[in-house]
Amino acid sequence: MSGFHEEDALAKQYDRKLLVRLLRYLRPYKLAVAASFVLIVIMAGLDLVGPWLTKEAIDKHISRGDTRGLGAIAALYMAVLVAAFAVRFGQVWILQVTGQKVMVDMRRAIYAHLQRLPVAYFDRNPVGRLMTRVTTDVDAVNELFTSGVVTVFGDLFTLFGIMGVMVWMNWRLALVTFAVIPLFFVVTNWFRRGSRRSFREVRKWIARINAFLQENITGMSVVQLFRREERNVAAFAEINRKHADANMDQIFYYAVFYPAIELLAAVATALILLYGGAGVLTGALTLGALVAFVQYSERFWRPIADLSEKFNILQQAMASSERIFALLDTPLEVQAPPSPVRLGEVQGRIGFENVSFAYNAPADGAPAGGDAKAEPQWVLQDIDFVVPPGRSVALVGATGAGKTSIISLLARLYDVQRGRVTLDGVDVRDLDPAQLRSSLALVLQDVHLFSGTIASNIRLGSAIPDERVREAARAVHAHRFIEALPQGYETEVKERGATLSVGQKQLLSFARALAHDPRVLILDEATSSIDTETEALIQTALKVLLKGRTAIVIAHRLSTIQNVDEILVLHKGRIRERGTHQALLAERGLYWRLYQLQYKDQESGVAVGGGEPAVAT
Amino acid sequence: MKPPRHLRRLVPYLKRHQRTLLIGLACLLLRTLFSVASPWVLRHAIDDLALGLTREKLLAYAGIIVGVVTVEGFFLYQMRMILIGVSRGIEYELRGDLFGHLTRLPARYYHSMRTGDLMSRATSDLSAVRMVLGPGIMYTASTLATFLGTIAVMVTISPWLLLFSLAPLLFVTVLVRYFGRRIHERFEAVQAQLSNISALVQENLSGARVVRAYVQEDHEMARFETANAEYLKRNRALIRMFGSLYPGIQLLMGMSAAFVLWLGGRMVIDGTITLGQFVAFGAYLAMLHWPMIALGWVVNLFERGDASMGRLLEIMDTPPAISDDASADSPPVRGHVRFQKLTFAYEDRPVLHDIDLDVPAGSTVAIVGPTGSGKSTLVSLVARMFEAPPGTVMVDGRDVRSLPLAVLRKGVGYVPQETFLFSATLRENIAFGLLSPDSERVEWAAGIAQLARDVADFPQGYDTFVGERGITLSGGQKQRTALARALAVDPAILVLDDALSAVDTHTEEEILRGLRGVMETRTTFLVSHRISTVKGADLIVVLKEGRIVERGTHAVLVGRGGFYADLHRRQLLEEEMERTA
Repeated sequence: MSGFHEEDALAKQYDRKLLVRLLRYLRPYKLAVAASFVLIVIMAGLDLVGPWLTKEAIDKHISRGDTRGLGAIAALYMAVLVAAFAVRFGQVWILQVTGQKVMVDMRRAIYAHLQRLPVAYFDRNPVGRLMTRVTTDVDAVNELFTSGVVTVFGDLFTLFGIMGVMVWMNWRLALVTFAVIPLFFVVTNWFRRGSRRSFREVRKWIARINAFLQENITGMSVVQLFRREERNVAAFAEINRKHADANMDQIFYYAVFYPAIELLAAVATALILLYGGAGVLTGALTLGALVAFVQYSERFWRPIADLSEKFNILQQAMASSERIFALLDTPLEVQAPPSPVRLGEVQGRIGFENVSFAYNAPADGAPAGGDAKAEPQWVLQDIDFVVPPGRSVALVGATGAGKTSIISLLARLYDVQRGRVTLDGVDVRDLDPAQLRSSLALVLQDVHLFSGTIASNIRLGSAIPDERVREAARAVHAHRFIEALPQGYETEVKERGATLSVGQKQLLSFARALAHDPRVLILDEATSSIDTETEALIQTALKVLLKGRTAIVIAHRLSTIQNVDEILVLHKGRIRERGTHQALLAERGLYWRLYQLQYKDQESGVAVGGGEPAVAT
Repeated sequence: MKPPRHLRRLVPYLKRHQRTLLIGLACLLLRTLFSVASPWVLRHAIDDLALGLTREKLLAYAGIIVGVVTVEGFFLYQMRMILIGVSRGIEYELRGDLFGHLTRLPARYYHSMRTGDLMSRATSDLSAVRMVLGPGIMYTASTLATFLGTIAVMVTISPWLLLFSLAPLLFVTVLVRYFGRRIHERFEAVQAQLSNISALVQENLSGARVVRAYVQEDHEMARFETANAEYLKRNRALIRMFGSLYPGIQLLMGMSAAFVLWLGGRMVIDGTITLGQFVAFGAYLAMLHWPMIALGWVVNLFERGDASMGRLLEIMDTPPAISDDASADSPPVRGHVRFQKLTFAYEDRPVLHDIDLDVPAGSTVAIVGPTGSGKSTLVSLVARMFEAPPGTVMVDGRDVRSLPLAVLRKGVGYVPQETFLFSATLRENIAFGLLSPDSERVEWAAGIAQLARDVADFPQGYDTFVGERGITLSGGQKQRTALARALAVDPAILVLDDALSAVDTHTEEEILRGLRGVMETRTTFLVSHRISTVKGADLIVVLKEGRIVERGTHAVLVGRGGFYADLHRRQLLEEEMERTA
């Protein structure tokens, strides 16, 4: 038991820390928050005026037959109403807009952090989960700002305001009336606990229903193949029934709550009638005051009920903000050096010096992470090679040989465990990441297109003039098909380029690389088969692209490997053979076999049907 | 408002609960009756107070008020329990019917619909319909009853006062209706922008490599900012709407109260009405507040519910394309499969041309060929997952269309290309096609599929949970589980659609060795890319672009020097390379 309490206390303390951190987001909007606060107080005050005016009208005018005075009261009432309307609108406006701004700030912070997280982070965290942080969790926190924290004050003010006015009018009768307030608290508390528990139960079953549906819809063919239709319908009926039952439980709490509240309000009215009526008879209380008391007492319960609802919102927001802050606190593993070396003009000399690398081990020099205990599984071992400026190297090997890892290391998407990767003789870890990356262009085989136009996909966000975009496209032979599109370069790319062919997307990515005119080109050639015409275009485009640049190519095309200066044959993470195409073929080793498997057909001109069989590409 | 076309289809469901509904509505009427009574009591109490009365009488009034509200509360409780309860009951039935219908829809339907779309219909659309059935019906009835009840009493107090005070209240309904609709539209616009932002974030995160490689972080930030600014703008428009709605309602209600204060007060002075009547009138007016809001809200509810019902009906009215009207008396499948001049197309995309293939019961046929050559389609037609033209697919000499689906599919053990396991225990997954999880059967099947050893390493053996809530199986383990699942039903026809691709060659050999005994008595279809898998088959068929281009045994095809021989050569080379360490 004591352990449980300790844990509870810990959680609360942590909540407070979270809350302080959350409130920090309000700091830029101090004025708006303050204004909203003031308006809430005014609003609570204006809402109290109605019954008071009724009292005044009855006691001072109606009972005395003063028609003119009554008119004045009614006019005052109207004025108060209009004022309340304005204040209420202003309050909602300020608070909601501020909430939205805070939400935008928060989203921006998360997104900016995501932009700086290492690529490895995205290997570990599915995109869907990260999406939830940016959308759902931020929304939950927003609830706190818009309908939670600030309005709690409004509710409290209303409650205290009512109590204050009642005490001022007649403290004895006020005390009698207040007798029911604890009962209101008891009832709402009972309701809050019960309905929250039943709500959780409902949520649990609705989650089961969704999971069941999702699974069965996705796997419907299996269900049908194994003739499970009837039995799964029965299994579903069971979950469905439990959900309905949980709902009945929830209906019960609501069905009891509302009548109970009405009953308490009636008890309050009865008490006022009994004691206040007696007061009226003795002349201690006016009739108008009695009526006002009845009206005030009817307004008790709403703020009390609202208070408990706010508590639920607070808890949900806390859970969400905890997840958001956990993301924001994720350290940026690939760190920019404190004082980066700036290269003058990048020459493009690439060096791998005895590099060993494993995805599951902490980077060289980095503090050991959670997975440190695991034996590192080396994907690269003792990789050592140099590419002089302007020269090209092809990486060949079967799947899993380590080709992709080499290019990822060069772009410093990951850090090595042993050895070093250099550009112009400087360790990439000592370079400014932005300079490093802007001197490289990475062309991946799975071309990632962004929503936007064709031109914006070539340019990306860089300030590249239209002329150069076109020039680049022309140089890689993409110009013709782009011009043929309905709006040419301004054609919108839909659904990540679903309307473009694989070959066209390849050409676009070449144009993208060329437009950025990098010193070093990193190219992962596409394996997918492309129609012969486009294929020919790609071949010539490649020559343009490689000219005068240092290049590292994961080659899938015979013509490419025939044209590079050196071929590195990778096998199980090590360089096994190196040399030119002819020299390596003469060795009749690994390369020769690879050639037979992957490239020979291209020479004889036989299209491998769909590129599918056998070859582990 | 358009007449609700789709909601009409709910009538049969409502009829089933007719009696309960009527009782619920009766409670609703009684509740209204009592709630209308209590201000009336207050009225007399105040009038008597003005005249001076005894303490006993005061006590009696207080007692009556509490009594009346207690009885009202009882009916209020009943009303909610019954009416909302019925809506949950109908929701249960609707959801069950929907799922039942989904299980009868053919594979083709699931190809054309996105899972997310079906899910949102089964969840949010269903809940919109439930809102009509529950709060929709309840608040409509209660609004009408309260309206009639209070007006009947208020008219007796003063028709003029009623006329003036009611006017602003009617505007409340108009306001809720008008703003409700626009708020909904703007809310949708906000949601649309939110999903744009989501799409942008998703695009950015999945393109993280390109973003990093081209140093586009700042540009991506700017794009995000623009989207956020638009979001903020749309939100402002939304806030402007609902920021005026609620204060507007308050204003109108206050106005009618002010009218009563002024006009009613004058009438009290004139002596037309008593002070008690004046106070009671105010109380009745307050009783009308919620119904007037609810009225506008309910209309919107019905509109949305009708649209949702329409989307549900799109599913429920889709006919199950594979009709199963063959007579139920059919002997179990023996396993003779024959394709006769089979030509098959999805929609208008031809997949198979002129396939003629005879597979005698108990024989093994292997199908190889490039991706997209129609291998999976061909074998799926055996289990009638798609509808082939009449007379083209025969099992035991009968057109599959004339066999009852249950009999046909009981005879086929299918291991699909994409392994799909359910989040359940391993035992339940393997026994998926059995009427009850027969341990012996499960273990036998797992043994042949070479899964038994893996299972022994799992924490709870066969009772280990698979999937999100349990352990994650490797690709190979998943495939072997799916194989065991197919074997467990003891089928006459076994279909392995590239079912061992993720299993390493060594394990594959063991599986094939174990399968050999099983395959002897069964017709087996093997779709594979591996020579090692298919070389022992009685017949090997090479499919290319939907046509059979080669057929024969391993030895014959290797000798012929075609696609198969090429595949063979490559695999030898690959194996050789694999051995080079």
